[in-house]
Amino acid sequence: MIEMLDKMLNKNGLVAAFAMVGLVMWLSVLLSRKLTFGRVHGSAIAILIGLLLAYWGGTQTGGQHGLADLSQFAGIGLMGGAMLRDFAIVATAFEVQVDEARKAGLIGAVSLLLGTLLPFIVGASIAHAMGYRDAVSMTTIGAGAVTYIVGPVTGAAIGASSDVMALSIATGLVKAIIVMIFTPVAARALGLSTPRSAMIFGGLAGTVSGVSAGLAATDRRLVPYGALIATFHTGLGCLLGPSVLFLVTKALVG
Amino acid sequence: MIVYGTTLLALCYLIGLFLGEALGRLIGVGTNVGGVGIAMLLLIAARIYLHRRGVMPRETEAGVGYWGAMYIPVVVAMAAQQDVVAALRGGPVALMAAVGAVLVCGGCIALLTRMGRDDTSLPEPTAEQLLS
Repeated sequence: MIEMLDKMLNKNGLVAAFAMVGLVMWLSVLLSRKLTFGRVHGSAIAILIGLLLAYWGGTQTGGQHGLADLSQFAGIGLMGGAMLRDFAIVATAFEVQVDEARKAGLIGAVSLLLGTLLPFIVGASIAHAMGYRDAVSMTTIGAGAVTYIVGPVTGAAIGASSDVMALSIATGLVKAIIVMIFTPVAARALGLSTPRSAMIFGGLAGTVSGVSAGLAATDRRLVPYGALIATFHTGLGCLLGPSVLFLVTKALVG
Repeated sequence: MIVYGTTLLALCYLIGLFLGEALGRLIGVGTNVGGVGIAMLLLIAARIYLHRRGVMPRETEAGVGYWGAMYIPVVVAMAAQQDVVAALRGGPVALMAAVGAVLVCGGCIALLTRMGRDDTSLPEPTAEQLLS
């Protein structure tokens, strides 16, 4: 019996993922209503359950893809992978009100630049304070604080050691997870309620995954505006990290 | 046909990603630069153009709308495959750098959203959006 079920799940990964994620969503909406009286968004709870499952999966297999490393749940990897994620993000553009987006274009671009510089400065400074004093390590960890893709891309370009690379990726991952979990909690304090504010958020909070999950858990209608800006985040970071930011860091610490 | 909408979405996606890749090559970064963003802009432009010409039936729109509505479930699946173990293993440096970055950026967001005039607004939520 168990073996048969196992085989079926293995063979029908994506469909099994649809079924499982649907169940998680249903459970989350239920928890949201009964436990928090609607105060915590169902999507926020679902994302949190997703992260917990990812942790559990990671401890079971020692792999890097959370739950998706268990063969029975490989479909989760396809469903939540870059391809379908980006496909769904693009689809949300259908709801963008062009006039609203245009009004906030400039401030969005400004926050995008700030969203690369500020995390880098903070990350590199903390790396320095914790004993990573050479320019290569500082730059790599600082870049990781921008996004977990900018970190390793920058590190590889300037020749960082593998433990610093791992640290840089971890920094980016922790940041993305914090953004996912705490955005709905902090939404009011952040002033997150309009397309303009979502675009500022998309530029400053960084990482498509953090922004998209954070906004989804706050108000689904904000997603396309934030994503529109956030999608340029990794590109800009990979552009500035190994070049300008590395050179400035090197000039500062020698 | 509903598949026309999905095809339109797929074409915008592929062209956008291709242009993002080309842009990345052009400026010498080993990554895609804004491919998804370009695809979003293409889709917005296509929607406006097709609407004006009156060749965008409701059914075609549903072929895009379905994927937009699947967005949150996809994000949940994405959350389930994050390397949470590695993130926690990163120790104090990763944690401090990440928390520091988030706090500074959060402060900056709170400041910027309150600065200047905000005359943008959201449409009324649909039934589907209210539910999730």
